[in-house]
Amino acid sequence: MKLAQHNKTRWVWLLVLPYAGLLLPFLYARRTPEIFGVPFFYWYQFVWVFLTAALTGVVYWRTR
Amino acid sequence: MQLLHSSAFLVFLAILAAVSVLGFLGARWKRGDLDQLDEWGLGGRQFGTLITWFLVGGDFYTAYTIIAVPALVFGTGAMGFFALPYTIIVYPFVFLAMPRLWSVARKHGYITPADFVHGRYGSRTLATLVAITGITATMPYIALQLAGMGAVLSQLGLTGNSWVQQDLPLVIAFFVLALYTYSSGLRAPAIIAIVKDILIYVVVIAAIVIIPAKAGGYSHIFSAADAVWRRQGTASLILLPKDYTAYASLALGSALAAFMYPHTVTTMLASSSGQVIRRNAVLLPAYTFLLGLIALSGVVAVAAGIHPATSSGVVPELMTRFFSPWFTGVAFAAIALAAMVPAAIMSIGAANLFTRSIYRAWFRPHATAQQESRVAKNVSFGVKFGALLFVFTSSHDFVINLQLLGGIWILQTFPAITFGLWKRIFHHQALIAGWAVGMVTGTSMAAALRLHSSVYAINIGGTSVRLYAGIWALMANIVVVWLTSVLLDRTGIPRNRDETVIADYRDECDGSGTSSSNGAALYERVET
Repeated sequence: MKLAQHNKTRWVWLLVLPYAGLLLPFLYARRTPEIFGVPFFYWYQFVWVFLTAALTGVVYWRTR
Repeated sequence: MQLLHSSAFLVFLAILAAVSVLGFLGARWKRGDLDQLDEWGLGGRQFGTLITWFLVGGDFYTAYTIIAVPALVFGTGAMGFFALPYTIIVYPFVFLAMPRLWSVARKHGYITPADFVHGRYGSRTLATLVAITGITATMPYIALQLAGMGAVLSQLGLTGNSWVQQDLPLVIAFFVLALYTYSSGLRAPAIIAIVKDILIYVVVIAAIVIIPAKAGGYSHIFSAADAVWRRQGTASLILLPKDYTAYASLALGSALAAFMYPHTVTTMLASSSGQVIRRNAVLLPAYTFLLGLIALSGVVAVAAGIHPATSSGVVPELMTRFFSPWFTGVAFAAIALAAMVPAAIMSIGAANLFTRSIYRAWFRPHATAQQESRVAKNVSFGVKFGALLFVFTSSHDFVINLQLLGGIWILQTFPAITFGLWKRIFHHQALIAGWAVGMVTGTSMAAALRLHSSVYAINIGGTSVRLYAGIWALMANIVVVWLTSVLLDRTGIPRNRDETVIADYRDECDGSGTSSSNGAALYERVET
Protein backbone atom coordinates (compact mmCIF):
# COMPACT_ATOMS: atom_id res chain seq x y z
CA MET A 1 0.00 0.00 0.00
CA LYS A 2 2.85 2.35 0.86
CA LEU A 3 4.43 1.72 -2.54
CA ALA A 4 1.17 2.34 -4.34
CA GLN A 5 0.82 5.69 -2.60
CA HIS A 6 4.36 6.61 -3.46
CA ASN A 7 3.75 5.81 -7.10
CA LYS A 8 0.64 7.95 -6.98
CA THR A 9 2.24 11.06 -5.53
CA ARG A 10 5.17 10.80 -7.94
CA TRP A 11 2.85 12.05 -10.68
CA VAL A 12 2.57 15.38 -8.89
CA TRP A 13 6.12 16.19 -9.99
CA LEU A 14 4.76 16.69 -13.52
CA LEU A 15 3.37 19.98 -12.25
CA VAL A 16 6.89 21.40 -12.03
CA LEU A 17 7.14 21.41 -15.83
CA PRO A 18 4.95 24.50 -16.53
CA TYR A 19 7.06 26.53 -14.10
CA ALA A 20 10.26 25.39 -15.78
CA GLY A 21 8.86 26.00 -19.24
CA LEU A 22 7.57 29.49 -18.54
CA LEU A 23 9.73 31.03 -15.83
CA LEU A 24 12.92 30.82 -17.92
CA PRO A 25 12.20 33.37 -20.66
CA PHE A 26 15.61 32.92 -22.29
CA LEU A 27 14.20 29.63 -23.58
CA TYR A 28 11.57 31.32 -25.69
CA ALA A 29 12.27 35.05 -26.14
CA ARG A 30 12.87 34.59 -29.86
CA ARG A 31 11.15 35.69 -33.04
CA THR A 32 11.58 32.49 -35.02
CA PRO A 33 10.32 29.96 -35.91
CA GLU A 34 7.09 31.74 -36.70
CA ILE A 35 3.76 29.99 -37.25
CA PHE A 36 1.33 31.81 -39.55
CA GLY A 37 3.31 34.96 -38.92
CA VAL A 38 3.03 34.63 -35.12
CA PRO A 39 6.47 34.94 -33.47
CA PHE A 40 7.81 32.02 -31.41
CA PHE A 41 7.64 34.10 -28.19
CA TYR A 42 3.86 34.29 -28.49
CA TRP A 43 2.84 30.89 -29.79
CA TYR A 44 5.21 29.05 -27.43
CA GLN A 45 3.39 30.51 -24.43
CA PHE A 46 0.03 29.70 -25.97
CA VAL A 47 1.14 26.07 -26.39
CA TRP A 48 1.84 25.95 -22.64
CA VAL A 49 -1.80 26.77 -21.92
CA PHE A 50 -2.77 23.44 -23.45
CA LEU A 51 0.26 21.55 -22.14
CA THR A 52 -0.42 22.69 -18.58
CA ALA A 53 -4.07 21.71 -18.80
CA ALA A 54 -3.01 18.30 -20.16
CA LEU A 55 -0.36 17.76 -17.48
CA THR A 56 -2.75 18.77 -14.70
CA GLY A 57 -5.31 16.44 -16.25
CA VAL A 58 -2.85 13.56 -16.16
CA VAL A 59 -2.05 14.24 -12.51
CA TYR A 60 -5.76 14.46 -11.69
CA TRP A 61 -6.42 11.17 -13.41
CA ARG A 62 -3.45 9.29 -11.91
CA THR A 63 -3.94 10.49 -8.34
CA ARG A 64 -7.70 10.06 -8.29
CA MET B 1 -24.36 64.24 -24.88
CA GLN B 2 -23.54 62.40 -28.09
CA LEU B 3 -24.42 58.71 -27.97
CA LEU B 4 -22.09 56.50 -29.92
CA HIS B 5 -24.90 54.73 -31.65
CA SER B 6 -28.36 54.13 -30.35
CA SER B 7 -28.39 50.42 -31.25
CA ALA B 8 -25.13 49.81 -29.36
CA PHE B 9 -26.56 51.62 -26.37
CA LEU B 10 -29.90 49.79 -26.45
CA VAL B 11 -28.29 46.35 -26.70
CA PHE B 12 -25.99 47.30 -23.82
CA LEU B 13 -28.88 48.48 -21.67
CA ALA B 14 -31.08 45.45 -22.46
CA ILE B 15 -28.36 42.96 -21.45
CA LEU B 16 -27.63 44.81 -18.22
CA ALA B 17 -31.30 45.03 -17.29
CA ALA B 18 -31.89 41.32 -17.97
CA VAL B 19 -28.89 40.40 -15.88
CA SER B 20 -30.07 42.53 -12.94
CA VAL B 21 -33.31 40.57 -12.86
CA LEU B 22 -31.26 37.37 -12.78
CA GLY B 23 -29.28 38.79 -9.87
CA PHE B 24 -32.40 39.26 -7.75
CA LEU B 25 -33.80 35.86 -8.75
CA GLY B 26 -30.46 34.37 -7.64
CA ALA B 27 -31.70 34.42 -4.04
CA ARG B 28 -34.08 31.58 -4.89
CA TRP B 29 -31.52 29.48 -6.74
CA LYS B 30 -30.36 26.36 -4.85
CA ARG B 31 -32.29 27.85 -1.99
CA GLY B 32 -30.70 28.14 1.42
CA ASP B 33 -31.10 30.15 4.61
CA LEU B 34 -29.44 33.44 3.67
CA ASP B 35 -29.16 34.36 7.33
CA GLN B 36 -26.26 31.92 7.58
CA LEU B 37 -22.91 33.37 6.57
CA ASP B 38 -21.83 30.37 4.51
CA GLU B 39 -25.15 30.45 2.65
CA TRP B 40 -24.96 34.19 1.89
CA GLY B 41 -21.19 34.46 1.54
CA LEU B 42 -20.31 31.07 0.02
CA GLY B 43 -23.56 30.11 -1.71
CA GLY B 44 -23.90 27.14 0.65
CA ARG B 45 -20.62 25.51 -0.48
CA GLN B 46 -22.48 23.52 -3.10
CA PHE B 47 -21.30 24.67 -6.54
CA GLY B 48 -20.33 21.79 -8.82
CA THR B 49 -17.67 21.65 -11.51
CA LEU B 50 -19.50 23.64 -14.17
CA ILE B 51 -20.84 26.45 -11.94
CA THR B 52 -17.44 26.78 -10.29
CA TRP B 53 -15.82 26.99 -13.70
CA PHE B 54 -18.11 29.86 -14.66
CA LEU B 55 -17.77 31.50 -11.26
CA VAL B 56 -13.96 31.46 -11.12
CA GLY B 57 -13.78 32.46 -14.78
CA GLY B 58 -16.15 35.33 -14.07
CA ASP B 59 -14.27 36.37 -10.98
CA PHE B 60 -10.63 35.99 -11.95
CA TYR B 61 -10.71 37.43 -15.47
CA THR B 62 -12.04 40.87 -14.61
CA ALA B 63 -12.96 43.96 -16.61
CA TYR B 64 -9.77 45.51 -15.38
CA THR B 65 -7.87 42.56 -16.87
CA ILE B 66 -9.67 42.87 -20.18
CA ILE B 67 -8.91 46.60 -20.32
CA ALA B 68 -5.49 46.71 -18.65
CA VAL B 69 -3.67 43.72 -20.13
CA PRO B 70 -4.02 44.86 -23.76
CA ALA B 71 -3.26 48.41 -22.61
CA LEU B 72 -0.02 47.15 -21.04
CA VAL B 73 0.91 45.23 -24.20
CA PHE B 74 0.01 48.31 -26.22
CA GLY B 75 2.42 50.39 -24.15
CA THR B 76 5.25 47.95 -23.39
CA GLY B 77 5.03 45.17 -25.97
CA ALA B 78 6.24 41.70 -24.96
CA MET B 79 6.72 42.71 -21.33
CA GLY B 80 2.97 43.16 -20.90
CA PHE B 81 2.44 39.56 -21.99
CA PHE B 82 3.53 38.25 -18.56
CA ALA B 83 -0.19 37.95 -17.80
CA LEU B 84 -0.24 34.78 -19.91
CA PRO B 85 2.44 32.75 -18.05
CA TYR B 86 0.96 34.14 -14.81
CA THR B 87 -2.49 32.77 -15.53
CA ILE B 88 -1.02 29.44 -16.64
CA ILE B 89 1.25 28.65 -13.69
CA VAL B 90 -1.41 29.69 -11.20
CA TYR B 91 -3.36 26.47 -11.85
CA PRO B 92 -0.86 23.83 -10.75
CA PHE B 93 -0.70 25.79 -7.49
CA VAL B 94 -4.50 25.86 -7.25
CA PHE B 95 -4.57 22.11 -7.93
CA LEU B 96 -2.21 21.37 -5.05
CA ALA B 97 -3.13 23.94 -2.41
CA MET B 98 -6.79 24.86 -2.76
CA PRO B 99 -8.38 21.43 -2.18
CA ARG B 100 -6.56 21.38 1.17
CA LEU B 101 -7.88 24.82 2.09
CA TRP B 102 -11.37 23.79 0.99
CA SER B 103 -11.21 20.64 3.06
CA VAL B 104 -10.04 22.23 6.32
CA ALA B 105 -12.44 25.15 5.80
CA ARG B 106 -15.37 22.81 5.34
CA LYS B 107 -14.55 20.84 8.46
CA HIS B 108 -14.16 23.88 10.70
CA GLY B 109 -16.66 26.25 9.08
CA TYR B 110 -14.01 28.70 7.85
CA ILE B 111 -15.27 31.32 5.43
CA THR B 112 -12.02 33.18 4.70
CA PRO B 113 -8.26 32.51 4.60
CA ALA B 114 -7.94 34.55 7.81
CA ASP B 115 -10.36 32.15 9.54
CA PHE B 116 -8.05 29.31 8.59
CA VAL B 117 -4.96 31.13 9.85
CA HIS B 118 -6.76 31.78 13.14
CA GLY B 119 -7.63 28.13 13.59
CA ARG B 120 -4.28 26.79 12.48
CA TYR B 121 -2.02 29.11 14.46
CA GLY B 122 -4.38 30.09 17.26
CA SER B 123 -3.40 33.72 16.81
CA ARG B 124 -6.11 36.34 16.58
CA THR B 125 -3.54 39.03 15.78
CA LEU B 126 -2.10 37.12 12.81
CA ALA B 127 -5.58 36.39 11.49
CA THR B 128 -6.56 40.05 11.79
CA LEU B 129 -3.43 41.16 9.95
CA VAL B 130 -4.24 38.72 7.14
CA ALA B 131 -7.82 40.04 7.07
CA ILE B 132 -6.82 43.71 7.03
CA THR B 133 -4.28 43.06 4.27
CA GLY B 134 -6.99 41.29 2.27
CA ILE B 135 -9.50 44.11 2.69
CA THR B 136 -6.93 46.81 1.91
CA ALA B 137 -5.73 45.03 -1.22
CA THR B 138 -9.29 44.45 -2.40
CA MET B 139 -10.57 48.02 -2.13
CA PRO B 140 -8.53 49.50 -5.00
CA TYR B 141 -9.24 46.34 -6.99
CA ILE B 142 -12.99 47.02 -6.75
CA ALA B 143 -12.33 50.65 -7.64
CA LEU B 144 -10.49 49.53 -10.77
CA GLN B 145 -13.47 47.44 -11.84
CA LEU B 146 -15.51 50.63 -11.63
CA ALA B 147 -12.91 52.43 -13.68
CA GLY B 148 -13.02 49.64 -16.28
CA MET B 149 -16.76 50.02 -16.52
CA GLY B 150 -16.34 53.78 -16.72
CA ALA B 151 -14.07 53.34 -19.75
CA VAL B 152 -16.83 51.44 -21.54
CA LEU B 153 -19.52 53.92 -20.55
CA SER B 154 -17.53 56.86 -21.82
CA GLN B 155 -16.89 55.07 -25.12
CA LEU B 156 -20.64 54.51 -25.41
CA GLY B 157 -20.99 58.24 -25.40
CA LEU B 158 -22.07 58.60 -21.82
CA THR B 159 -19.77 61.49 -21.18
CA GLY B 160 -20.41 65.11 -20.67
CA ASN B 161 -19.56 68.00 -18.49
CA SER B 162 -22.20 67.60 -15.85
CA TRP B 163 -22.13 65.09 -13.04
CA VAL B 164 -25.40 63.55 -14.23
CA GLN B 165 -23.93 62.66 -17.61
CA GLN B 166 -20.56 61.51 -16.36
CA ASP B 167 -21.08 59.64 -13.16
CA LEU B 168 -24.76 58.88 -12.76
CA PRO B 169 -24.81 55.77 -15.05
CA LEU B 170 -21.98 54.24 -13.03
CA VAL B 171 -23.70 55.07 -9.74
CA ILE B 172 -26.96 53.49 -10.91
CA ALA B 173 -25.22 50.33 -12.16
CA PHE B 174 -23.41 49.87 -8.87
CA PHE B 175 -26.43 50.66 -6.77
CA VAL B 176 -28.40 47.89 -8.48
CA LEU B 177 -25.41 45.57 -8.12
CA ALA B 178 -25.11 46.39 -4.43
CA LEU B 179 -28.82 45.71 -3.91
CA TYR B 180 -28.85 42.25 -5.42
CA THR B 181 -25.57 41.27 -3.80
CA TYR B 182 -27.14 42.32 -0.49
CA SER B 183 -30.20 40.19 -1.02
CA SER B 184 -28.76 37.17 -2.87
CA GLY B 185 -25.14 36.97 -1.69
CA LEU B 186 -22.74 34.87 -3.75
CA ARG B 187 -25.61 33.29 -5.69
CA ALA B 188 -26.10 36.55 -7.62
CA PRO B 189 -22.59 36.85 -9.11
CA ALA B 190 -22.53 33.06 -9.66
CA ILE B 191 -25.59 33.21 -11.88
CA ILE B 192 -24.47 36.40 -13.67
CA ALA B 193 -20.99 34.93 -14.21
CA ILE B 194 -22.56 32.36 -16.55
CA VAL B 195 -23.97 35.12 -18.77
CA LYS B 196 -20.77 37.15 -18.57
CA ASP B 197 -18.47 34.26 -19.48
CA ILE B 198 -20.56 33.18 -22.45
CA LEU B 199 -20.70 36.76 -23.74
CA ILE B 200 -16.94 37.17 -23.32
CA TYR B 201 -16.31 33.95 -25.23
CA VAL B 202 -18.59 35.07 -28.06
CA VAL B 203 -16.98 38.51 -28.22
CA VAL B 204 -13.39 37.29 -28.14
CA ILE B 205 -13.97 34.54 -30.68
CA ALA B 206 -15.68 37.06 -32.94
CA ALA B 207 -12.79 39.42 -32.37
CA ILE B 208 -10.16 36.90 -33.45
CA VAL B 209 -12.14 36.09 -36.57
CA ILE B 210 -13.13 39.64 -37.57
CA ILE B 211 -10.29 41.87 -36.44
CA PRO B 212 -7.21 40.12 -37.91
CA ALA B 213 -9.04 39.74 -41.21
CA LYS B 214 -9.88 43.45 -41.30
CA ALA B 215 -6.46 44.46 -39.99
CA GLY B 216 -4.58 42.46 -42.61
CA GLY B 217 -3.79 39.09 -40.98
CA TYR B 218 -1.53 38.20 -38.08
CA SER B 219 1.63 38.20 -40.16
CA HIS B 220 0.99 41.81 -41.13
CA ILE B 221 -0.14 42.76 -37.60
CA PHE B 222 3.05 41.53 -35.95
CA SER B 223 5.41 43.11 -38.46
CA ALA B 224 3.48 46.39 -38.45
CA ALA B 225 3.52 46.51 -34.62
CA ASP B 226 7.21 45.62 -34.65
CA ALA B 227 7.92 48.52 -37.00
CA VAL B 228 5.96 50.98 -34.84
CA TRP B 229 7.66 49.82 -31.64
CA ARG B 230 11.12 49.97 -33.22
CA ARG B 231 10.47 53.52 -34.35
CA GLN B 232 9.20 54.60 -30.92
CA GLY B 233 11.88 52.67 -29.05
CA THR B 234 9.67 52.34 -25.96
CA ALA B 235 8.52 48.76 -26.45
CA SER B 236 9.62 45.60 -28.18
CA LEU B 237 7.86 42.74 -29.93
CA ILE B 238 10.13 40.11 -28.37
CA LEU B 239 11.16 40.20 -24.71
CA LEU B 240 14.61 41.79 -24.23
CA PRO B 241 17.30 39.98 -22.20
CA LYS B 242 17.33 42.76 -19.58
CA ASP B 243 13.66 42.03 -18.87
CA TYR B 244 13.92 38.25 -18.42
CA THR B 245 14.04 38.25 -14.62
CA ALA B 246 11.42 40.98 -14.34
CA TYR B 247 9.06 39.08 -16.64
CA ALA B 248 9.46 35.77 -14.81
CA SER B 249 9.18 37.27 -11.33
CA LEU B 250 6.08 39.27 -12.26
CA ALA B 251 4.47 36.09 -13.56
CA LEU B 252 5.44 34.07 -10.49
CA GLY B 253 4.59 36.76 -7.95
CA SER B 254 1.19 37.43 -9.52
CA ALA B 255 0.43 33.70 -9.63
CA LEU B 256 1.30 33.20 -5.96
CA ALA B 257 -0.70 36.27 -4.97
CA ALA B 258 -3.79 35.47 -7.05
CA PHE B 259 -5.40 32.95 -4.73
CA MET B 260 -4.56 34.89 -1.57
CA TYR B 261 -7.15 37.54 -2.48
CA PRO B 262 -10.43 37.22 -0.60
CA HIS B 263 -12.53 37.07 -3.76
CA THR B 264 -10.66 34.19 -5.37
CA VAL B 265 -10.60 32.21 -2.11
CA THR B 266 -14.34 32.80 -1.82
CA THR B 267 -14.95 31.08 -5.15
CA MET B 268 -12.75 28.15 -4.10
CA LEU B 269 -14.51 27.63 -0.78
CA ALA B 270 -17.91 27.86 -2.48
CA SER B 271 -17.30 24.67 -4.45
CA SER B 272 -18.84 21.39 -3.36
CA SER B 273 -15.67 19.29 -3.07
CA GLY B 274 -11.91 19.20 -3.43
CA GLN B 275 -12.35 17.24 -6.63
CA VAL B 276 -14.41 20.09 -8.09
CA ILE B 277 -11.43 22.38 -7.49
CA ARG B 278 -8.96 19.92 -9.04
CA ARG B 279 -11.15 19.45 -12.12
CA ASN B 280 -11.35 23.21 -12.44
CA ALA B 281 -7.57 23.55 -12.27
CA VAL B 282 -7.59 21.38 -15.39
CA LEU B 283 -10.43 23.24 -17.13
CA LEU B 284 -9.82 26.87 -16.19
CA PRO B 285 -6.86 27.38 -18.57
CA ALA B 286 -9.57 27.69 -21.26
CA TYR B 287 -10.02 31.24 -19.95
CA THR B 288 -6.27 31.78 -20.01
CA PHE B 289 -6.29 31.01 -23.70
CA LEU B 290 -8.94 33.68 -24.07
CA LEU B 291 -6.89 36.11 -22.00
CA GLY B 292 -3.91 35.51 -24.29
CA LEU B 293 -6.04 36.45 -27.28
CA ILE B 294 -7.27 39.54 -25.45
CA ALA B 295 -3.65 40.46 -24.67
CA LEU B 296 -2.81 40.14 -28.37
CA SER B 297 -5.40 42.81 -29.11
CA GLY B 298 -2.82 45.22 -27.69
CA VAL B 299 -0.54 44.26 -30.58
CA VAL B 300 -3.45 44.61 -33.01
CA ALA B 301 -4.19 48.10 -31.69
CA VAL B 302 -0.59 49.19 -32.31
CA ALA B 303 -0.67 47.78 -35.83
CA ALA B 304 -4.04 49.39 -36.54
CA GLY B 305 -2.66 52.76 -35.46
CA ILE B 306 -5.15 53.37 -32.68
CA HIS B 307 -4.43 56.45 -30.59
CA PRO B 308 -6.59 56.32 -27.48
CA ALA B 309 -6.74 59.35 -25.19
CA THR B 310 -5.88 57.15 -22.21
CA SER B 311 -4.42 53.66 -22.18
CA SER B 312 -7.70 52.23 -20.87
CA GLY B 313 -9.33 53.26 -24.14
CA VAL B 314 -7.34 50.75 -26.23
CA VAL B 315 -9.86 47.89 -26.15
CA PRO B 316 -13.07 49.95 -26.32
CA GLU B 317 -11.70 51.92 -29.29
CA LEU B 318 -10.58 48.77 -31.05
CA MET B 319 -14.06 47.34 -30.65
CA THR B 320 -15.89 50.42 -31.91
CA ARG B 321 -13.54 50.52 -34.89
CA PHE B 322 -13.99 46.90 -35.98
CA PHE B 323 -17.40 45.75 -34.68
CA SER B 324 -20.83 46.67 -35.97
CA PRO B 325 -22.75 48.95 -33.58
CA TRP B 326 -25.09 46.35 -32.09
CA PHE B 327 -22.22 43.93 -31.52
CA THR B 328 -20.23 46.71 -29.88
CA GLY B 329 -23.16 46.92 -27.48
CA VAL B 330 -22.81 43.20 -26.74
CA ALA B 331 -19.05 43.54 -26.25
CA PHE B 332 -19.41 46.51 -23.93
CA ALA B 333 -22.09 44.74 -21.92
CA ALA B 334 -19.69 41.80 -21.55
CA ILE B 335 -17.02 44.14 -20.18
CA ALA B 336 -19.49 45.81 -17.84
CA LEU B 337 -20.53 42.41 -16.50
CA ALA B 338 -16.85 41.52 -16.18
CA ALA B 339 -16.67 44.49 -13.81
CA MET B 340 -19.82 43.70 -11.86
CA VAL B 341 -19.24 39.99 -11.17
CA PRO B 342 -15.79 40.41 -9.58
CA ALA B 343 -16.85 43.61 -7.79
CA ALA B 344 -19.71 41.68 -6.18
CA ILE B 345 -17.49 38.76 -5.17
CA MET B 346 -14.74 41.07 -3.93
CA SER B 347 -17.17 42.95 -1.73
CA ILE B 348 -18.53 39.64 -0.40
CA GLY B 349 -14.99 38.38 0.31
CA ALA B 350 -14.03 41.62 2.04
CA ALA B 351 -17.29 41.58 4.01
CA ASN B 352 -16.66 37.99 5.16
CA LEU B 353 -13.15 38.96 6.29
CA PHE B 354 -14.44 41.95 8.23
CA THR B 355 -17.24 39.99 9.84
CA ARG B 356 -15.17 37.06 11.01
CA SER B 357 -11.76 38.54 11.76
CA ILE B 358 -12.69 42.00 13.00
CA TYR B 359 -16.34 42.11 14.11
CA ARG B 360 -16.52 38.65 15.64
CA ALA B 361 -12.88 38.29 16.69
CA TRP B 362 -12.61 41.62 18.52
CA PHE B 363 -16.11 42.89 19.29
CA ARG B 364 -18.72 40.13 19.36
CA PRO B 365 -17.09 36.77 20.11
CA HIS B 366 -20.53 35.20 20.55
CA ALA B 367 -22.20 36.69 17.50
CA THR B 368 -25.09 34.63 16.18
CA ALA B 369 -25.28 33.49 12.56
CA GLN B 370 -27.95 36.12 11.90
CA GLN B 371 -25.81 38.90 13.34
CA GLU B 372 -22.84 37.75 11.27
CA SER B 373 -24.74 37.66 8.00
CA ARG B 374 -26.38 41.02 8.74
CA VAL B 375 -22.99 42.64 9.34
CA ALA B 376 -21.54 41.02 6.22
CA LYS B 377 -24.45 42.23 4.06
CA ASN B 378 -24.06 45.79 5.31
CA VAL B 379 -20.30 45.74 4.88
CA SER B 380 -20.60 44.44 1.31
CA PHE B 381 -22.87 47.39 0.62
CA GLY B 382 -20.52 49.85 2.29
CA VAL B 383 -17.42 48.49 0.57
CA LYS B 384 -18.92 49.06 -2.88
CA PHE B 385 -19.84 52.62 -2.10
CA GLY B 386 -16.47 53.21 -0.55
CA ALA B 387 -14.93 52.11 -3.83
CA LEU B 388 -17.30 54.34 -5.78
CA LEU B 389 -16.36 57.34 -3.67
CA PHE B 390 -12.73 56.39 -4.07
CA VAL B 391 -13.02 56.43 -7.88
CA PHE B 392 -14.76 59.81 -7.90
CA THR B 393 -12.40 61.51 -5.49
CA SER B 394 -9.01 60.25 -6.60
CA SER B 395 -7.16 60.23 -9.88
CA HIS B 396 -7.11 57.12 -12.04
CA ASP B 397 -3.33 56.85 -11.63
CA PHE B 398 -3.66 56.87 -7.86
CA VAL B 399 -6.12 53.96 -7.98
CA ILE B 400 -3.82 52.00 -10.30
CA ASN B 401 -0.86 52.67 -8.01
CA LEU B 402 -2.80 51.45 -5.01
CA GLN B 403 -3.80 48.32 -6.87
CA LEU B 404 -0.13 47.73 -7.67
CA LEU B 405 0.69 48.13 -3.97
CA GLY B 406 -2.24 45.86 -3.11
CA GLY B 407 -0.67 43.08 -5.16
CA ILE B 408 2.59 43.43 -3.25
CA TRP B 409 0.74 43.50 0.07
CA ILE B 410 -1.49 40.49 -0.54
CA LEU B 411 1.60 38.46 -1.49
CA GLN B 412 2.90 39.03 2.05
CA THR B 413 0.05 36.90 3.41
CA PHE B 414 1.28 33.95 1.34
CA PRO B 415 3.54 32.43 4.06
CA ALA B 416 0.83 32.60 6.74
CA ILE B 417 -1.87 31.11 4.50
CA THR B 418 -0.03 28.61 2.31
CA PHE B 419 2.69 26.95 4.38
CA GLY B 420 0.18 26.09 7.07
CA LEU B 421 -1.82 24.05 4.57
CA TRP B 422 0.86 21.38 4.75
CA LYS B 423 2.74 21.75 8.01
CA ARG B 424 2.79 24.08 10.94
CA ILE B 425 6.52 24.65 10.51
CA PHE B 426 6.50 28.24 11.67
CA HIS B 427 5.72 30.01 14.92
CA HIS B 428 2.78 32.42 14.66
CA GLN B 429 4.84 35.32 16.00
CA ALA B 430 7.48 34.63 13.34
CA LEU B 431 4.77 34.86 10.68
CA ILE B 432 3.71 38.22 12.12
CA ALA B 433 7.32 39.45 12.01
CA GLY B 434 7.79 38.21 8.43
CA TRP B 435 4.55 39.86 7.34
CA ALA B 436 5.68 43.18 8.84
CA VAL B 437 9.10 43.01 7.18
CA GLY B 438 7.55 42.04 3.85
CA MET B 439 5.03 44.89 3.99
CA VAL B 440 7.69 47.47 4.82
CA THR B 441 10.15 46.14 2.22
CA GLY B 442 7.56 45.94 -0.55
CA THR B 443 6.00 49.31 0.19
CA SER B 444 9.32 51.14 0.41
CA MET B 445 10.52 49.57 -2.85
CA ALA B 446 7.34 50.64 -4.59
CA ALA B 447 7.68 54.11 -3.06
CA ALA B 448 11.30 54.34 -4.20
CA LEU B 449 10.08 53.59 -7.73
CA ARG B 450 7.49 56.36 -7.21
CA LEU B 451 4.90 53.71 -8.08
CA HIS B 452 5.72 54.08 -11.77
CA SER B 453 6.91 50.51 -11.94
CA SER B 454 6.88 47.42 -9.77
CA VAL B 455 10.26 46.10 -10.88
CA TYR B 456 13.03 46.87 -8.42
CA ALA B 457 16.75 46.42 -9.12
CA ILE B 458 19.19 45.26 -6.45
CA ASN B 459 22.92 45.13 -7.07
CA ILE B 460 24.22 41.68 -6.22
CA GLY B 461 27.95 41.11 -6.73
CA GLY B 462 28.23 43.75 -9.42
CA THR B 463 25.21 42.68 -11.44
CA SER B 464 21.91 44.44 -11.16
CA VAL B 465 19.10 41.96 -10.54
CA ARG B 466 15.66 43.22 -11.54
CA LEU B 467 12.73 41.49 -9.85
CA TYR B 468 9.10 42.25 -9.06
CA ALA B 469 9.11 44.16 -5.74
CA GLY B 470 6.50 41.73 -4.38
CA ILE B 471 8.96 38.87 -4.87
CA TRP B 472 11.82 40.74 -3.16
CA ALA B 473 9.49 41.46 -0.26
CA LEU B 474 8.28 37.86 -0.15
CA MET B 475 11.86 36.61 0.01
CA ALA B 476 12.62 38.97 2.90
CA ASN B 477 9.36 37.87 4.52
CA ILE B 478 10.19 34.15 4.30
CA VAL B 479 13.78 34.57 5.54
CA VAL B 480 12.53 36.52 8.57
CA VAL B 481 9.77 34.00 9.26
CA TRP B 482 12.24 31.14 9.18
CA LEU B 483 14.95 32.75 11.32
CA THR B 484 12.53 34.21 13.87
CA SER B 485 10.70 30.92 14.12
CA VAL B 486 13.88 29.01 14.95
CA LEU B 487 14.79 31.70 17.48
CA LEU B 488 11.36 31.70 19.17
CA ASP B 489 11.29 27.91 19.45
CA ARG B 490 14.85 27.87 20.85
CA THR B 491 13.97 30.43 23.50
CA GLY B 492 10.96 28.32 24.42
CA ILE B 493 8.24 30.85 23.70
CA PRO B 494 5.19 28.59 23.44
CA ARG B 495 3.08 28.16 20.36
CA ASN B 496 -0.68 28.50 20.52
CA ARG B 497 -3.18 25.70 20.10
CA ASP B 498 -3.77 24.29 16.63
CA GLU B 499 -7.45 23.35 16.30
CA THR B 500 -6.89 21.38 13.09
CA VAL B 501 -5.55 17.84 12.60
CA ILE B 502 -3.86 16.19 9.60
CA ALA B 503 -7.03 14.49 8.45
CA ASP B 504 -8.83 17.84 8.13
CA TYR B 505 -6.68 18.72 5.13
CA ARG B 506 -7.50 15.66 3.10
CA ASP B 507 -10.62 15.14 1.14
CA GLU B 508 -11.76 11.78 -0.16
CA CYS B 509 -9.52 11.95 -3.21
CA ASP B 510 -6.24 13.38 -2.00
CA GLY B 511 -3.26 11.91 -3.80
CA SER B 512 -1.51 11.30 -0.51
CA GLY B 513 -4.26 8.83 0.29
CA THR B 514 -6.00 8.56 3.64
CA SER B 515 -7.86 5.37 2.95
CA SER B 516 -5.02 3.09 3.99
CA SER B 517 -4.06 4.95 7.14
CA ASN B 518 -5.54 3.83 10.40
CA GLY B 519 -7.60 6.09 12.62
CA ALA B 520 -4.87 6.79 15.13
CA ALA B 521 -2.45 8.03 12.49
CA LEU B 522 -5.17 10.18 10.96
CA TYR B 523 -5.64 12.18 14.12
CA GLU B 524 -1.99 12.58 14.89
CA ARG B 525 -1.23 16.22 15.47
CA VAL B 526 1.24 18.09 13.28
CA GLU B 527 3.75 19.51 15.69
CA THR B 528 7.10 20.46 14.29
